[in-house]
Order: sequence, then structure tokens, then C-alpha cells
Amino acid sequence: MKAAAFDYVKPASIDQVLSLLQEHGDDARLLAGGQTLMATLNMRLSEPQLVIDITGIESLRGISVQANVLRIGALATHTEIESSPLVARHAPLLKAAAPHIAHRAIRNSGTWGGSIAYADPAAEWPTCLLALGGNVIARGPKGERRIAADDFFTGLYSTGLQPDELLVASEIPLAGADHWFGFSELARRHGDYAIVGMAATARCEGSVLRELRIVLLGVDTTPVRARQTETLLEGQALDLVTVTQAVACLRSEIDPLPDLTNTSDTKRHLAGVLLQRMLPTAAAL
Amino acid sequence: MKRDTVNLEPGIDQPKPLTPVSDDQRYIGASVPRGGIERLTQGLGQYVDDIELPRMAHVVFWRSPVAHMRINKVNAEFARAMPGVLLVADGQDLAKMCKPWVATLGHLVGMKSAPQYALALDRACWQGEPVVALVAETRAEAEDALAYVQVEWDELPSATDMLTALDPSTPLIHPELGDNLCFTRSLDAGQVDEIFAKADVVAAIDFEFGRHTGVTLEPRAQIAHWNPAEQRLTVYHSCQAPHMMQDLYGRQFGLPSSAIRVVCKDVGGSFGIKVHAYPDDFATVALSIMLGRPVKFVADRLESFTSDIHARHHSIKARIAVNRDGEILGFDMDDLTGIGPYSMFPRTSAIEGNQVVNLVGGPYKHKHYRAKLTVVFQNKTPTCQYRGVGHPIACAVTEALVDLAAQKIGMDPLKIRELNVIADDAYPTAGASGIKFEILSHQACLKKLRELMNYDALRAEQAALRKQGIFRGIGFATVIELTNPSAAFYGVGGARIASQDGASARLDPEGNITVLIGVGEQGQGTEAIYQQIAADAVGVDIAKVRVITGDTDVTPYGGGTWASRGAGIGGEAVLLAGQALRENIVKVAAIILKREGATLAVRRDCIVDASTGEELLPLAELGRIAYFRSDMLPADFTPELMVTRHYAQRDFPFIFTNGVQASYVEVDPDTGFVKLLKHWAVEDCGRVLNPMLVDEQMRGAIVQGIGGALLEECLYDDSGLMLNASMADYLVPMSAEMPDIEVAHVQTPTATSKLGAKGAGEAGTAGAPAAVMNAINDAIAPFEAHVFSQPITPQKVLRALGKVR
Amino acid sequence: MADLYPIKVTVNGKLHQCSVQPRTHLVDFLREEMGLKGSHLGCEHGVCGACTVELNGQIVRGCLTLAVQADGGSVQTIEGVSKSGVIRDLQEAFVRRNALQCGFCTSGMLMATKELVEQMPDANRAEVRDWISGNYCRCTGYHAIVDAICDVLQQRKEAIA
Repeated sequence: MKAAAFDYVKPASIDQVLSLLQEHGDDARLLAGGQTLMATLNMRLSEPQLVIDITGIESLRGISVQANVLRIGALATHTEIESSPLVARHAPLLKAAAPHIAHRAIRNSGTWGGSIAYADPAAEWPTCLLALGGNVIARGPKGERRIAADDFFTGLYSTGLQPDELLVASEIPLAGADHWFGFSELARRHGDYAIVGMAATARCEGSVLRELRIVLLGVDTTPVRARQTETLLEGQALDLVTVTQAVACLRSEIDPLPDLTNTSDTKRHLAGVLLQRMLPTAAAL
Repeated sequence: MKRDTVNLEPGIDQPKPLTPVSDDQRYIGASVPRGGIERLTQGLGQYVDDIELPRMAHVVFWRSPVAHMRINKVNAEFARAMPGVLLVADGQDLAKMCKPWVATLGHLVGMKSAPQYALALDRACWQGEPVVALVAETRAEAEDALAYVQVEWDELPSATDMLTALDPSTPLIHPELGDNLCFTRSLDAGQVDEIFAKADVVAAIDFEFGRHTGVTLEPRAQIAHWNPAEQRLTVYHSCQAPHMMQDLYGRQFGLPSSAIRVVCKDVGGSFGIKVHAYPDDFATVALSIMLGRPVKFVADRLESFTSDIHARHHSIKARIAVNRDGEILGFDMDDLTGIGPYSMFPRTSAIEGNQVVNLVGGPYKHKHYRAKLTVVFQNKTPTCQYRGVGHPIACAVTEALVDLAAQKIGMDPLKIRELNVIADDAYPTAGASGIKFEILSHQACLKKLRELMNYDALRAEQAALRKQGIFRGIGFATVIELTNPSAAFYGVGGARIASQDGASARLDPEGNITVLIGVGEQGQGTEAIYQQIAADAVGVDIAKVRVITGDTDVTPYGGGTWASRGAGIGGEAVLLAGQALRENIVKVAAIILKREGATLAVRRDCIVDASTGEELLPLAELGRIAYFRSDMLPADFTPELMVTRHYAQRDFPFIFTNGVQASYVEVDPDTGFVKLLKHWAVEDCGRVLNPMLVDEQMRGAIVQGIGGALLEECLYDDSGLMLNASMADYLVPMSAEMPDIEVAHVQTPTATSKLGAKGAGEAGTAGAPAAVMNAINDAIAPFEAHVFSQPITPQKVLRALGKVR
Repeated sequence: MADLYPIKVTVNGKLHQCSVQPRTHLVDFLREEMGLKGSHLGCEHGVCGACTVELNGQIVRGCLTLAVQADGGSVQTIEGVSKSGVIRDLQEAFVRRNALQCGFCTSGMLMATKELVEQMPDANRAEVRDWISGNYCRCTGYHAIVDAICDVLQQRKEAIA
């Protein structure tokens, strides 16, 4: 369908964006990559009065290492993340996850900020951000603040961002030498939203895992940390017994939401399979 | 009838294996790339939406948001005031101009359906039925204004579960019909009860086939242009049957056919979706007549999912009886299928189920067959013919039963098929359902498949991998597919659908050949094979042949594309016309050269001496004289360098083709995911006109069948609302999951035509779901598990394996 | 509501100054304003890939891109890359292998393929299938398309060697 009519503005600075957000509130939508917004506009699921195009703001671009974090600008595209040597070295989880995001043409336009702010529970970046223990840097009229990933995803398509704030970047702790990560998702077609997916990170001490973050996508209204399973595995040597226990724990701790073709039970089962196959890769280190 | 088995060496073509149709056959039988498609690689196609006409307006439809509603009032006052709006019309308005129709066929005895209007009149009976039409200067303005159309409606109780469609407590969709039954049929051949009672083994399966739809990449599209000054209607239509639409517009609007021109240029995929007459089509014409301006309709993708025809929703209980020695004794089948609230116009929604009855068990020798068909109305999108029609269902039912029987008696599934297929020398014969076979080649195809796929090696691989916990499966499907239909399909039932076709062939002054034919091109390569046939039939270089199709003002009256008739029927008309033209060319040459016609031939754009090959007169020179120098010809001789010939297949109801497919899969027993490793098809479509094009028809058709087997389903909630009506949620095959597909050919020509060609467009879709389902069940056989519900989702596999509830 | 937004966009090498409604997506702009009908619309959800065009050197979903976002930028469509000859080998391979039937997906498929052969000249068959999995074809079943692309990858490698 054709989108309903709207006004369009392309501000040159973050301050201009903030002022427009204050003025127009819910009548406005931010346009970054547009890969989600444009589809909803084309289907007339959303009919804003004003579209604020933030792609002209240079300070939102770029991937860089600053102090001890990897900083990913809101406008970094999925393709830029996928092919960035800095990401490959410091957050290899993202490089592993990137090819699962839709298809090349979408990845060329879609942005980190757009994906995190939209917070689709089946999307890869929110899950990865949570698995990496990163944060969101939000800029509002009162200035800048950092929101930890653990506090950021609050509900279906809901985040800790205030209506008058703009997501400007994320910071991700640099992967250490003992960093282990895993990413896997089950989708019937390459590039589709997955039935269920998992991103995990940990520090490896021999075959013992510490500071685990095991995050599931596609099972709830937000990406979900399997905290009980993380606790179970914390400081444990990985062997067949612990893996089996972890899988059972994961299956009992989650209560997945069904989708059109998969019951809660199926998702529960599949989540366990993902963990079963992912954990042994840590022991191999 | 001579049969030539070619390609015993997999993948290798043997040139000219059959009796040639011309004495210098260069193109028929060769993998000639399609001339004229370069423009499609340059973005220079002419699809309907590419066409802009002066003062062209755009229509959008207000469609019912629920499965069943009473329409109380349409208030268009605000909508009419919106910018760019030209017209808002409802069912009452259009009923004044366009007659309702009832889609039944006389030879489907007892079939009933209710009158349907271009826009719903009192009630809308499915989610997506068009109720109000709004025309504006641009599509965007039309959609803007559509939001202001106010329809007052009350929801009505609906019938959305086909299992209960005939229960007394289920709401009647059309009370005047008495029940929700569209059509029923019973067939009883032999002594099924006796035979089943005595058989060593009876295997029974309950099948589910999910409703699905065609998803042509170019949506349905049409421009209706009523010219009030000329009192003529021109319709540019993305469709398969221009003459049929011309006839229907004429009859529904009370216009003579001569006042109607239908033009089909480039069509972005059709597969049967675009061979039916939609209420939208009639509405758009009516609107153009009302406005006196061209009106364009392009179905948006979202509206396509609930307004394009659906197909293939069946719930089937079936049994097979076999003896321990592997002899198949009989089949017994009960088929329940749910269509829409109306049978679809004009080909009817009972044909699919009727074909399932006709085709179950088809490849095999048994004599005992009982079948029952119940076709019930539903408050869901209407259904009708979609590539393969009933074949994918019938083949899946048959082939799964054969595999299960083989499993139960411990016989190899390829062997049981080899034992039971009708022998290659048994023709002509009839199947147990009464279908008549001219000549098939099941045995030759099975033999070839075994070699092509290196069956023994695959079985060994499967066994070795099983020991490592990797579960692969091999599945077969023996296929029969009807093609080259006679009037037995539609004509005898009263539908004005042509089973004959005509082609005109003309020698132009420069020595080019122009061929005009009503059977059109939707991507399968119809125009290319006609170029090949005409070039060989006349005796010219293929670059000199131009084919014009799909325009009722220009081409002979014909049937268009359906039931895989383009090659066998259209091709024969082209051949006959080409040969007749060649004769007439020789007559002219004989006069000019003052020689006996029998001593002359047309070869490579030239009149030559038939025995020595000496070039005597270029065709361009013959053309110049014939057209511009009548003074050089005798007074009693007039060149006739344009001829028209017609052809209808009248020897059999259909000319069946056959083939066999195999699928090799790997099933992950922990995730239920199925990986398609490879697919093979050996097909016999008679004389192969262009092996590459047949290969590609097979591949495309197979992948479309795989879609139904693994991915595609229109999902509904209990109230009859489609849950996955978008491109993101309705899953079609994409490249990463599809296998490489190897195709080989056996050629058993039909004797019913000089060309000997049968159809090839649908057999791939007929066999693929069966082969894939059988392969999956073969893979999970060690777990004593089966899945007989399509699409086969990971969850269904996991349930069969007991991994999830 | 403002009516039209001025844009300057280079389309197939030629600079155009136009005024567009902000809501107009790039493909509608190309088809309606520029008369370039080669880019097609199959869904307008961003799923089917028929609308794939090149914006600022990268393939994008034309239906998910606003025309105003092309302001100051450069667009290449199937018409442009055909005229420049840069995909002639791909076009010839597609015809030779019959990697198109109805042709509706072909514009988008070729645009996506152009970026593939540029970005991944050593792509293997599986990588080709992965890359083009964002372009829906209902006619071919993909096998011939993959063959055509692999032909060209091989040819281009040999040309360099």
C-alpha cells in the first residue's frame, strides 16, 4: 500500500531532533534505516504526522574503540557492523549474528540504533546487546545518560528510552582473551525472524565458565536472560552432566510465548537444543 | 507407437532422437535460449502496472474485514469529498451493469453454487470479499479516501471448519441452497471391501493438506479502458486466457465480443492464479464504463492474500491393500475439501477435488478403487485451480500409501513401484478410476531414475550415516499428469473455454515469419518454443521468426494457458500453420522458378532444390515479388502467404504424461528441521521441444510443490480471519533452503498430433510434495514415526518423534 | 501538511531536480516521476526483493526507502546498469541459463547479484544461495539462477587470471 501522507524533516543536529521530539511527541517518528518504520508506514499500521530523518547527523555514525569499550553509533548499519574489523576483534558475537539479520539489502540500510530502539523480541541486536552486557547511551533535553542493557528492554517494543530521548550509541565491553561467545538461531528460512535463538557470552577459565550471559530471542516480549541457568553453570566445569542439567534448567525456567506455528512447548524444547549444542563449544576452548 | 528413451547418460542430450517433424530440424529438440527475453534483464518488460494511459484512474476496494457480514449501509459522502476521488460504487451500483454469475459445470452432476456479484450485494461471505470500489486519480489518494468509506455492517455466524460444514448446527452460508455442500461424487470400481478383507496387509493414513495460495510475484493487475466514443472496451490484463475473459466480459456486461479487446503483455507469474475471473475484474470494467476513463487495478500484496484464489485444503482418509509379494490390490479414499462461499468463476471449485478422485492410484495396475469426494462451502477465500490442481494431493496420498505398504511388508520402495506400475507395453489402457491413458513410460522412467540418482549408493550412505546419528531419507513419487486437454475438461460442462487453438503464420515481404497465436507467455517459454516450431516448420532461421500472442484483436481464437496445453495444443497449431505456409511458399516459388513444386524445398531462408540443395531463390526475394510484383505472376495465381490452422485434441479426454521424482533429505531429530539435500526428476512429456525449458519448468514446479510440502499455509483463526496474510508470515520458498534439482527426460510422443508433444508445466508440482513427504518419513522411520500433514513444519516432526506434545 | 519536498538526485548518472511528496518511496519515484519501470513492486513490505535498487553504491529495498532520502545521493537502477554494460555478463548468463521466466524478479535479482559478484568474487554455490535468498522467485526454483551466477563468478575469475 502507499503510506499515508506525512511531513518530513532532516535535522542536522541532535539538539534539533530533541526539540522536534518535544514539539511533536507521538505525532512524530524517527527515521534511521527505515527497514521497520517504512514497512509499517507502507502497510498503514502507523500514520505519523511527521517523520524526522536522523541520518544526516554525522555524530551518530561510526564504530570506534574508546577507552575500554567498543562504541557503536546509532546509525551504524548492520552491514558496517558485519564487516568491521573492530567488531570482529572486540565483539565477535555481533559478527556471528549479523548474517542472520534479514538479507543484504536490508542490512545495508538497517541500523544498530533502529534495531535496539524498536526492541523486537525476535531481533538479533537487542539479544546480543543483552548477552554482551552493553548499554544504551540516550540523549535527552536533560543531557546524556547510560542505560544498562539489563534495564533497557522493558516490554513488547518498549524500552527505557523516554519519548523525548534519542538513542545515540551503545557501548560494549571489549572481549578479553578469555571471552567465549555463541550465537545460534532456528529459522525455517534464512533471514527470517527465528522461531527461537540464543546469544551467549562468558569468561572461560579452562573448562569453567564465569559471568555467563545466556539470552534467548523469540520466546518472550523482550530478549530474555536465562538467569537460573546462568547461575547453575557459574563456576562449573563443563561436562555432559552439567550440560544436561543446564538444558533441563533452561527448559523449566522459561515460559515461551507461542507463535503462529510453534507452541510454547516446541519453543521450550528448541531453546534447550540450542543450549545443548552451544555449550560444548565453550569446553572446546 | 515408437518410444525413444534418451538421456541414459544423465544430463546428456541426444540431438534429434525422434522422427523429425521437418527435413531440416535445427531447433525443435534443442536447448535454444529464449529469443526476446533480453529486455526482461534490462528492466524493459511491459507488465500491466508499467502501462500508463491518458486520464487513467486507480481503484481500491473496501473489502470485508470479517468472514461473514450483512451489509446494511454504505456511506460514501466523506470519501467522495476527499482529494482526487472520482467515484465510489457499491454492489447495487454495479449490479445494474454487470450480471451475477453462478460457477457450476454441467458434467459435475449435482454441483451447486450461489449467484455472485461483482461487488457484494447484501452480504459479504469471506474476509477479503470486495464490497465498495473507490476510484481516484492516484493510488495513494484512493487509499487515503478509502479510510473514509463508512460501511455499516453486522457480523453473521460463519462456517469456517470444513469438518463440520455439513453438520445441522453449522450456519448455512446460502440458505437457499439447503446446505453447505457444493459437490459430491462417489466412485466404486471392482470389489474394494472384498479385496481389502482378503489382503495380506492394509495400510491406512489420515492426511491433512493445508490451504495455500499462489503468490505470483507480480500481483493481479488489470487496466479496463472503456472508450465511450468507440463503445469499445480494452482490457490490459495480467492473465492466462484473454479470449475467455473477452467472452465473459461480453456476457456479463451484455456487450458483443467484437466490442471487447483483451491484451496480455508481460505477465509476472500466473500458475493458474490468473486464469480465473475475479469479482475485482468485473468491478474494474464496470467502473471504467461508468467513468468513461481507463481504470487500473493492481492488487496490493496484503489484499492478494485474501483475494487471490486459494487451493488445496483437503482432509483425506485413505487406505491401500497389498499382498506380501508386493502386489497392490486397491485404494480406498475419502476426500473432504473446503472451498470458499462461492464456487469460483468460470472453471469452478469442484474440479480440484474431482481430479483427486480421478488420479489417486493412477500409475498402478490395480483394479479395485473406491473414492468419495465431498466439497463444502466455507466462509473463506474462494479456491480454484492452481498449478497441478488435484495432482499434488492425489500423488501425495497415493505415494505415501505405497511407501507405508512397502514399509509394512519390508519391501524397498523403489521395488514396489517397479512391480506395480502399469507396464510400458500395456497401452492404451485405462486406470481404475476410468481415466484413459494413451501411452506412458513408468518403467523406463523408474529405470532411468535409479541410475540418475545412483540409488544403491544413496541407500548405503543413508545406512552409514544412521549409525552416526544422522538421519537421511529418500522418497519417491511416481507421477501422472494430465495435459493437452480436450473439451471434456470444461466445454462439455457448458463453460465457454476453448480447448482448441489456432495459429496464423505469415511470410512478410523481407522473408521474416510472423506467428500469431492466442496461447500466451507467462514465463514458461511458450513464445520461444513457437519460434522454434515455426522456424523448423517453414524452413527459416529462428532469428527470422516473431511470435505475437495474447491479444484478442490480433490472434486466432484460442484457449490460453491452462492444464499444460501450450506446447501440445498451441504448438501443434503452430506446426500445422507453419507447414501449410511452407506449402504455399513452395507454390509461389514453383510459379516464379517455373519448376515443379515437388522438386523444391524451403531451407534456411531460401528456396532450394530439394535433392541437390542448390540455393535458387531467397525468401526475401520471393516475398518482394509476391507482395509488390503481382504483375510478375500469372493472372490465375494469387500467393497466400498467410495461413491459419487450428488444432483440438479429440482422441482422449486428456493426454497424460508421466514421470518419477526422488527427494533426498536430512531430518534433524532434535529440531525437526528438514534439509533438502537433492531432488531428481525423470519426466516424459512426449517430444521435448526445448530440453532446457522443460528442465526449468520442472525445477520451478518442483520448488512450488516443495512450498506446499514444507512452508506454505493460509492459517486461520476460528472466526475465519487469516492470521498470516503478509509476505513476512506466509512463507514461500527462498533460494537458501532449496536443493539442486537434476532433470532427465524420456520421450514417448503422443500419436494424437504431428508434433507429438505433451505438456510439462505442472508435473513438477504434482510429484514434489509426495517425494519430500516420503523422504521425511523415510528419514524418521527408525523412530517409527510418520508425518502426513502438510505443510510439514518442524513442530509436526517433533510431535511425530514424541519430542514435544 | 507540506506538499512537496525538493530533492536533487542523480539517477543513472543524470542529475535531476524534483519535488516529491515525502511519503513517496524510492521505487514509486523512479517508476512514476522518472518513468523507469524496470524496478518492480511485489509486496511493499521489504520482503520479496523485486524493488532492489542501488543507492549510494549499495543495494537497498527501494520500497523501504523514501525518495527524499535519496536527496543529494545517487541511484542506479536496472536500466542504468544495463546501459553502462557493467552487468552484461550477468545478463547474458541469465539468458543462456534461462535464469528468468516471467522476468518480474529479474531486475531486483540482477541488482542484488551485481553486489554479490563485486563483494564476494570467490563465493561458492551455498554462499550464492544465501546471498540471493532475499530475492523471491516463484518461477525458476532458483537452480538456474545459481548456475548463471556461478558461471559469471568463474568467468570473472578467469578474466583476471
